[in-house]
Amino acid sequence: MTNIPTEPALAVTGLRRSYGSQVVLDGIDLHVGEGTIFSLLGPNGAGKTTMVQILSTLIRADAGEARICGHDVVRDPDRVRAAIGVTGQFSAVDNFLTGEENLLLMADLHHLGRAEGRRRTADLLERFDLGRAAKQLGVTYSGGMRRRLDLAMGLIGDPRVIFLDEPTTGLDPRSRRDMWQIVRDLATRGVTVFLTTQYLEEADQLADRIALLDHGRLVAQGTPAELKRRVPGGHVELRFADDRALAAAAAILHVAPDPADESLVLRVPGDGGVRSLRALLDWLDAAAIEVDGLAVHTPDLDDVFFAVTGSEKVTA
Amino acid sequence: MMTLAVRDSTTMLRRQLRHMSRNLSTMLMLLAVPIIFLLLFVYVLGSTLGDGLGGGSGGRGAYVNYVTPGILLITMAGAVQATAIAVAMDMTEGIIARFRTMAIARVSVLTGHVWGSVLQTLCQLAVVLGVALLVGFRPQATAIEWLAAVGVLTATTFALVWLAVAMGLATKSVEAASNLPMLLLLLPFFGSGFVPTDSLPVGLRWFAEYQPFTPIMETLRGLLLGTPIGTSAALALGWCAVIALAGYGWAKRLYNRDRTR
Repeated sequence: MTNIPTEPALAVTGLRRSYGSQVVLDGIDLHVGEGTIFSLLGPNGAGKTTMVQILSTLIRADAGEARICGHDVVRDPDRVRAAIGVTGQFSAVDNFLTGEENLLLMADLHHLGRAEGRRRTADLLERFDLGRAAKQLGVTYSGGMRRRLDLAMGLIGDPRVIFLDEPTTGLDPRSRRDMWQIVRDLATRGVTVFLTTQYLEEADQLADRIALLDHGRLVAQGTPAELKRRVPGGHVELRFADDRALAAAAAILHVAPDPADESLVLRVPGDGGVRSLRALLDWLDAAAIEVDGLAVHTPDLDDVFFAVTGSEKVTA
Repeated sequence: MMTLAVRDSTTMLRRQLRHMSRNLSTMLMLLAVPIIFLLLFVYVLGSTLGDGLGGGSGGRGAYVNYVTPGILLITMAGAVQATAIAVAMDMTEGIIARFRTMAIARVSVLTGHVWGSVLQTLCQLAVVLGVALLVGFRPQATAIEWLAAVGVLTATTFALVWLAVAMGLATKSVEAASNLPMLLLLLPFFGSGFVPTDSLPVGLRWFAEYQPFTPIMETLRGLLLGTPIGTSAALALGWCAVIALAGYGWAKRLYNRDRTR
């Protein structure tokens, strides 16, 4: 084993890939520590799936290097393959096998013994709540069940790094929460999770570190808290009954209303703390301006994304 | 390394056999075509065609014997069409991408298809042969000749299955995959499958005598019915080797290309 304890689970430097003239990944550098959840966040077409395909040895990068648990994805693909589990955006389940048979197939391909394969299969069926559906064909599974089976199939070989490519896209809210819990459990077992998602909330909920991918470039990296700190996205939203009140408030608070916004709303920058809020209301009160409604907006990853990409927001 | 390939191929073969056991309706459909052809040629056309075979009065009985090897190749052509479709469908599934991210013998995905299809096709050939016997096919082969005939059938199936696997990989859609091996279905007609090549017009006759299916059918005829074989056996096995190798090489190259979906 070339693995040194200090080696990160995943190390990527200068990774590039284009399809024809279209650059999909434009020099990606990142490191993921062992046993952590790392989330690659970005809109559709940002290059997330390409990234997973390169790291899971499905396709090759045009330039750059990627090592997983110390093994180079190009020079030593079989070592990499032995260390990873992959759950794709499109369920990689065999529709004409039962859930149990799917898992046993994976166990056989991992060259586990018969008894060990059966033991792990039973264990995973139980753990992912698939026990009752074990004897049903994959084609009959619901979306949430397919994802759970898919993930279970990726885990049968006891991988040290698992890739989850948009694991909750298209799932209903309950299945999504189930999936989140599964991902958290994985991390507590010491598995490194590389998660791609287009949902800010998902990255926020799960990830230890997040990287924002936009048009093939990493535009920001850090813990969720660090990223949020980078943008002063907090503000108080004041809603007024008419144009006159809006104009008066804007004059007092020295805030220009958004000309594109016709909803009689004024956004006042601030941290939304109780003290500043009270002061704000006192000013308006003193000027006898009636406020129709009020909302406090603390910065979220949405704001981060907006701030660093300058493009339209990605909404969850 | 070799044992790993064998082990993974066996696993993939098991997967393939499970698929087939769940798709018996396809198997029945595949059997229907050659059996209908057999009945059509024997009961509708057989009497007239049989008289034209040379003896002048062979009739239906002679024609059943003559046409059975052609029908067996029609059976194979239909069966490998299903192989091409199964491969093309498999490639659209995420499970193949998963196999590619696993530390397994890469070719095992294909060998699973190949051996599964070979076994399935041999079963179908047995059924069609059974029906042929019921409608009057009367082979005069010894045990050794039977064994040799089964060998020729297996070699041909193996070769055509590899070709079909490559075709299934080459196509972009399942529909296209179902069209490609159609050509194979026609080859017995443009050969010695249904009428002797002597009776064909010059251009067609030239093609019929040199295409691969003719020596294969002539070899089967010789082994089962005692007609002269001559160089047919060597040609038949040569063609099988060429087709199998070409199919294997083509399939392997297609499977290993950098595919990005």
